[in-house]
Amino acid sequence: MYDPTVARLTYRALLGRRRALILGALPLLLIVISVVVRALTGADDQTAADVLGGFALATMVPIIGVIAGTGAIGPEIDDGSVVYLLSKPLKRPTIIVTKLIVAIAVTMVFSAVPTLVAGLILNGNGQQIAVAYTVAALVASIAYSALFLLLGTVSRHAVVFGLVYALVWEALFGSLVPGARTLSVQQWALAVAHRVAGGDLVTSDVGLTTGAVLLVLVTVLATWYAGQKLRSLTLAGEE
Amino acid sequence: MTTLRIDHVSRWFGNVVAVNDITMTIGPGVTGLLGPNGAGKSTLINMMGGFLAPSTGSVTLDDQPVWRNEQIYRHIGVVPEREAMYDFLTGREFVVANAELHGLGSKAAQKALATVEMEYAQDRKVATYSKGMRQRVKMASALVHEPSLLLLDEPFNGMDPRQRMQLMDLLRRMGDEGRTVLFSSHILEEVEQLARHIEVVVAGRHAASGDFRRIRRLMTDRPHRYLVRSSDDRALAAALIADPSTSGIEVDLAEGALRVQAVDFGRFTALLPRVARDHGIRLLTVSPSDESLESVFSYLVAA
Repeated sequence: MYDPTVARLTYRALLGRRRALILGALPLLLIVISVVVRALTGADDQTAADVLGGFALATMVPIIGVIAGTGAIGPEIDDGSVVYLLSKPLKRPTIIVTKLIVAIAVTMVFSAVPTLVAGLILNGNGQQIAVAYTVAALVASIAYSALFLLLGTVSRHAVVFGLVYALVWEALFGSLVPGARTLSVQQWALAVAHRVAGGDLVTSDVGLTTGAVLLVLVTVLATWYAGQKLRSLTLAGEE
Repeated sequence: MTTLRIDHVSRWFGNVVAVNDITMTIGPGVTGLLGPNGAGKSTLINMMGGFLAPSTGSVTLDDQPVWRNEQIYRHIGVVPEREAMYDFLTGREFVVANAELHGLGSKAAQKALATVEMEYAQDRKVATYSKGMRQRVKMASALVHEPSLLLLDEPFNGMDPRQRMQLMDLLRRMGDEGRTVLFSSHILEEVEQLARHIEVVVAGRHAASGDFRRIRRLMTDRPHRYLVRSSDDRALAAALIADPSTSGIEVDLAEGALRVQAVDFGRFTALLPRVARDHGIRLLTVSPSDESLESVFSYLVAA
């Protein structure tokens, strides 16, 4: 279910100069914000939770997920170079799972690691806040990567749809419409984080069981479906 | 023996029929898939390569289905028309990656790079390659596993004459080795130079199949044009027009030759030397002036 050559091609494409810059910009912004906030307000648990929850987990993680998840396959399908993978005796699910693993790794490196660093800067992991949000970022990375990899496989406008989902659904509706929160990767990840941190600083609208089950379900289903879609991916001619 | 069978294949996109009930068998040797732009060649090649499902009908390689059968790629090499090919890799890295995806090593890749004579530029980034160099590296990537069927979509596009000749030699060689090589083209000279056997597709339909000169000859209801030079053009013209196999003659003063239009191909070819001999006229040049694929084309399109 894993092909090292597909992995190499995928991460080299993902970490190409331009995309790497975009991937690096948001984490850098998070660190800068954390340094400024720490300097202005000192170490404060509530502030730390607000920054990590409001910016890191609600905005940065999904956007990195969109870039890595859709970027792991979308551009190849768009420009047609995916034909070099498809014209090989490789199981299609192997291609998808390999790309998923790369997307997850990239999302984790560019979102969970900076979240931990930012948390340490903000309040030195007081009340386990930094670790809790890092764990949330890690599990969210998995689900986002799977979702956006699927999106990249089925749609030519994956980045746009992905950003709309990440920014409008997760960030906006998630905070306004109670029902939408139940169907939000962010809330599921927060349920896991809540378990790690304890207390009231990290809360979620869903229970741990619901959150964990939905995370696994979404990841598995999205990956399976992406594999199916790739099996019957049509390369239309340019005529 | 590798035989690609296209059996009553149609493909439509919404209301547009791109390929309309085509049946053909492609065997060993070089076959040219010829047709004007938009005739459905790429759609057909995509179906042959398993990248597109036929709406109806089937495509099989030695009785194995091609669609949704990734194991078939052990036998198929594909050279797509599109340019994109992991530009951030060097040529060597690209071909090695393709070899690895086939479960082969860098040795196979090196051999393929040598076959297309790209070793001299193999360590440059693909992004810096000219169109012809890209085409050759694509070719190497399709050859790493020594496939018995090679599918090439417009392989000569953007190549300079020297590269074109090299690739033609290579394809000819592959055909002589007994591989099944199919390439598409809308350029008549390319097909004419490389493939004895052609399949003509016009407007999504299979218009003709076989040796192109034979196809041409089969169209007896179509006037054939000849350029004739002789020791006495006007006397020859007068003698020829008397026979019903000739429908028109023009004395081309600039060329210093006759342009003869024959209705009945078989009868005319027998008539011309006889008439010349009977009238004591020496024939200096007799050349079919439209035995090119262009004329086959325009005839088929009009039909």
